Amino acid sequence: MDLEFIISLIVQIVMIGVIAVALMTAFAAMVMVERKLLGRFTLRYGPNRVGKYGSLQIIADMFKLFFKEEVIPGHVERTVYLMAPGLALVPALMAFAVVPIAGAPFTLPFQIMGTPITINPWIANVNVGVLYILAIGSLGTYGVILGGWSSNNKYSLLGGLRTSAQMLSYELPMGLAMLSAILIVGSMQLTNIVEFQASYLGGFFWLILVQPVAFIVFYICALAEAGRSPFDLPETENELIAGFSTEYGGMKFGLFFAAEYVHMIVVSFIMATVFLGGWSGPFAQQAPFLGIGYLLIKVAFILFTMIWVRASIPRVRFDKLMKFCWKFLLPVSIANAAATALVLAVLFF
Amino acid sequence: MLQEFEFLGVLGAITLTIPVVTLIIAWLLRPKKPNPAKQETYESGIKTIGDTWVQFKAQYYIYAIIFVVFDIEAVFLFPFAVALRQLPLYSLIWAIVFIVLLFDGLLYGWRKGALHWN
Amino acid sequence: MPFDPSQIPIVQIVFFVMTACAIGGAIGVVSSPNLFHSALYLVLSLFGVAGYYVLLSAGFLAVVQLMVYVGAIAILILFAIMFARRLMGQGENQNNQQWWLSLPIVMILFAVLVGVVNTVSWPVSGAEPTGDTVMELGHAFLGSYLIPFEVVSILLSVALIGGIFLAREKVEAEEA
Repeated sequence: MDLEFIISLIVQIVMIGVIAVALMTAFAAMVMVERKLLGRFTLRYGPNRVGKYGSLQIIADMFKLFFKEEVIPGHVERTVYLMAPGLALVPALMAFAVVPIAGAPFTLPFQIMGTPITINPWIANVNVGVLYILAIGSLGTYGVILGGWSSNNKYSLLGGLRTSAQMLSYELPMGLAMLSAILIVGSMQLTNIVEFQASYLGGFFWLILVQPVAFIVFYICALAEAGRSPFDLPETENELIAGFSTEYGGMKFGLFFAAEYVHMIVVSFIMATVFLGGWSGPFAQQAPFLGIGYLLIKVAFILFTMIWVRASIPRVRFDKLMKFCWKFLLPVSIANAAATALVLAVLFF
Repeated sequence: MLQEFEFLGVLGAITLTIPVVTLIIAWLLRPKKPNPAKQETYESGIKTIGDTWVQFKAQYYIYAIIFVVFDIEAVFLFPFAVALRQLPLYSLIWAIVFIVLLFDGLLYGWRKGALHWN
Repeated sequence: MPFDPSQIPIVQIVFFVMTACAIGGAIGVVSSPNLFHSALYLVLSLFGVAGYYVLLSAGFLAVVQLMVYVGAIAILILFAIMFARRLMGQGENQNNQQWWLSLPIVMILFAVLVGVVNTVSWPVSGAEPTGDTVMELGHAFLGSYLIPFEVVSILLSVALIGGIFLAREKVEAEEA
């Protein structure tokens, strides 16, 4: 094996590690931002005791979780019980792999042993990107089902069932919303989807402009998939204690918690990439680092609206949740996909 | 092709280590004060009655069945969506027939009340 | 990035890991005393098969395997197991009275499979894998394989109606 190959491989692996760590850090920051914003929305200060403006609160929380006693109740299915939090977190992180974060490969300003280093702005640019996202998303259900089942607690089981039924149901409209976008682009590769949006209308042919219905359906489904308010049925504390995570404490709960936030962040990245033009923006093609900036701004905006929704809309009841998905979102998204195909046919034949 | 999936494998390995390492660190740092009360099922302080794994509503199962069918439908539609621009017009009609046939099944379920949660 | 798969036996390594998943999972399915654990081993086994598809440069099939089998059908199976509470008890006898009947049948099946594997020549196609498999599939679905494509739709809606019908009957029987 030649040296150049080994170096570029190592660089690529390091970048993957950096992205994984960055996502976990984003989760920590997100918890903080959300608490602050929720405080402001409800005319409170939010956390403001630890550090300046409460900025160190999340670090204190993390240490607290690490130093909690790891109670494993005597009645649980031990192996499955310990597996479940990990299985919730891993798919949430994995879905990020196909998101392109910039338009062109980065060239590092230095060389390692005489080899110039270029880094791809994605982890894996597979040609079935969108299906990959859906497939990985459906794996997220396992953490919930296994957590609920292995806890051997009625509330956990009921919460796990409800949450998994919710996640299954909302996957369908989500997939069909993506289908409408793909009908227009003609490719499932996320890099192609972004380039398509960047190449028309002076770089602002965002798919939200031609597919507003699909975007709204996707947004609602993203909230439901990540278990966000108003679809935060997983944590209906007034009826199910804490749903599937009732018997989890300490860092095991922390992982479930992280999974929810990472899921929310990653789904925002996907939404920004598919519907809001991803990294595209003025001069993003020439300066890849600018592309990251544009993408982060779009993602931050989506995350802000998600918190806004949480502060504004009360939780829905489970039967209404299911009814809304099956009797409204699913027919709407099917009709939207069919209409898109028809319009395209009229335009192109 | 394979190369792209290789990096997915690398990502999978790295993401798998995150929960494992966090749990191990927490395991090392934790205090340990066992107490029989901590071993009990958490049910708001009341002792649990009967078996946990009771039979739940069949409705969950029906949703799962419908989900499987529509999941497969979506899988068939994605290649069609990718190729639509290059296909002749009549193929669009066939794709719509495909969707309508399945929508029929959903309508049947709707009329039968299978989508209804009571 | 220059890449030559022949330089590192990465394909072999992945193949062995995936085989371990597939076969280990399959053994777990039949040997685990707890039905729920069996279903989890089944997930592992299906996951291994998805890895095979990746090795065969069939990315679409690999993702579909994950999405349909691991993400939907295995979850349906888990739901079904959770639904049947009687089977949930630990340490139930895994064998029923007819195990001696199935033993010779399984042995014959195994012998036939070994025979087939050894006699077929397994021709390897020299063709390069096509770049965009999804596009090709789209053309195939609505081109030369149009009738099967539509039949799939009918099959799926029959499955849907049948499933709803059977499950509804159960609900009504319970309520009565």
